[in-house]
Amino acid sequence: MRYEAPDRIEKAVDLLASAAGEARVLAGGTDLIVQMKSEIVEPDLVIDVKRIAEMRGVVEEGGAFRIGAAVSGAELKEHPRLRKVWPGVIEAANLIGSTQVQGRATLGGNLCNASPAADSVPALIAAGAKVIIAGPAGRRELAVEDVVLGPRKTALAKGEIVVAFVLPKRVPLAADAYLRFIPRTEMDIAVVGCGVDLTLDPAGKIIAARMGLGAVAARPLLVGEAGAAIIGSSLDEPALARLEAAARAACRPIDDKRGTKEFRVQIAGVLARRVVHIAYERAKASAKVST
Amino acid sequence: MSKIHLTTTVNGDAVEALVEADETLLDVLRNQLALTGAKEGCGSGDCGACSVTLDGRLVCSCLVLAVETQGRRVETVEGMAKGGVLHPLQQKFLELSALQCGICTPGFLVAARALLEKNPDPTETEVRYWLAGNLCRCTGYDKIVRAVMDAAAEMRGA
Repeated sequence: MRYEAPDRIEKAVDLLASAAGEARVLAGGTDLIVQMKSEIVEPDLVIDVKRIAEMRGVVEEGGAFRIGAAVSGAELKEHPRLRKVWPGVIEAANLIGSTQVQGRATLGGNLCNASPAADSVPALIAAGAKVIIAGPAGRRELAVEDVVLGPRKTALAKGEIVVAFVLPKRVPLAADAYLRFIPRTEMDIAVVGCGVDLTLDPAGKIIAARMGLGAVAARPLLVGEAGAAIIGSSLDEPALARLEAAARAACRPIDDKRGTKEFRVQIAGVLARRVVHIAYERAKASAKVST
Repeated sequence: MSKIHLTTTVNGDAVEALVEADETLLDVLRNQLALTGAKEGCGSGDCGACSVTLDGRLVCSCLVLAVETQGRRVETVEGMAKGGVLHPLQQKFLELSALQCGICTPGFLVAARALLEKNPDPTETEVRYWLAGNLCRCTGYDKIVRAVMDAAAEMRGA
């Protein structure tokens, strides 16, 4: 195996695009190195992207955030503005693994590992995040919900690397939240994960809503019907019932050791109700803190 | 495939080693640098017995390639005692018998030190969450948590 640690994205793209055998991008390594040890992947070339400055920083530009794909969960948690403006994205990222794993694990790795149960992905989908992709043909943008195609499959072409995530500029009275179900309190893989992002009008009526669901289908989903179900409401019971039904209707789960299909469908509705209340309270409270 | 010449800093000392590209930091620490404090429990980032800090950040050394540490700063349990004097955490672990077989102990010590550097006055809940990635199959954790809380109090007073 060959190891390269380029300091420019163009060099990393060249290496990845021209690799003859199997080549892998190494960010935090908490998935890749485990897969290498268990011989699920046996790369001929590993390209460590952590020396590329553009992939390692968090930049606030005109109210939008640009998060390098190789920023660790611990670094995200320590960023005071990100935690305040995107609490749902940060709580989702920080649910991944232990303190030790947080010291390494990245949003770029969590997305490109392409697990249907990745915790940060439904939150990023709800947030309306886009990724900036660098490749042999230049750069392009893609919505987060369009990156993962199925287990271990992404929309990235040969030579393409996710460089950064862009979280849009916040409007007033808006907030996000993420909840997942696991059978214990810490350190497990989501049975269901649900992220939501809401925007309110001054009267407390929801004027925009996006929901992402994880671990209920072959890939993390943007559930447009769930968002639509609560727009115009202030989370009255009929709206919540519509939300719950839309979340459940979107599920195409499998049975596995973590939960049955029926259980996952049931929990998706429960989490949708719970998480939307958290985001709603945060959005109301956001009027008091400047974002 | 030829080996890679690694130059890094471990516990403040400049060290050099010839490593394979796919060798982990844990293996290089243990097999080449004779630093056997970090233990291999699971080898997959679940147990925390191999905890070290890398540029001040707590990580599992079994999930770091040694070559990634080129020019970086690694701290292991061997760097905790200074001039033959145990770190307050080490002293408290002894006083309170916060260990039985000892395999997990270096990982707990390194992880607890990383916590107290960030947060000198953690609550018990914060200690338990921070150490959730360090598994102990003997003690049941209570003595470990108490030792960390007591060491923190002592260090604040010092």
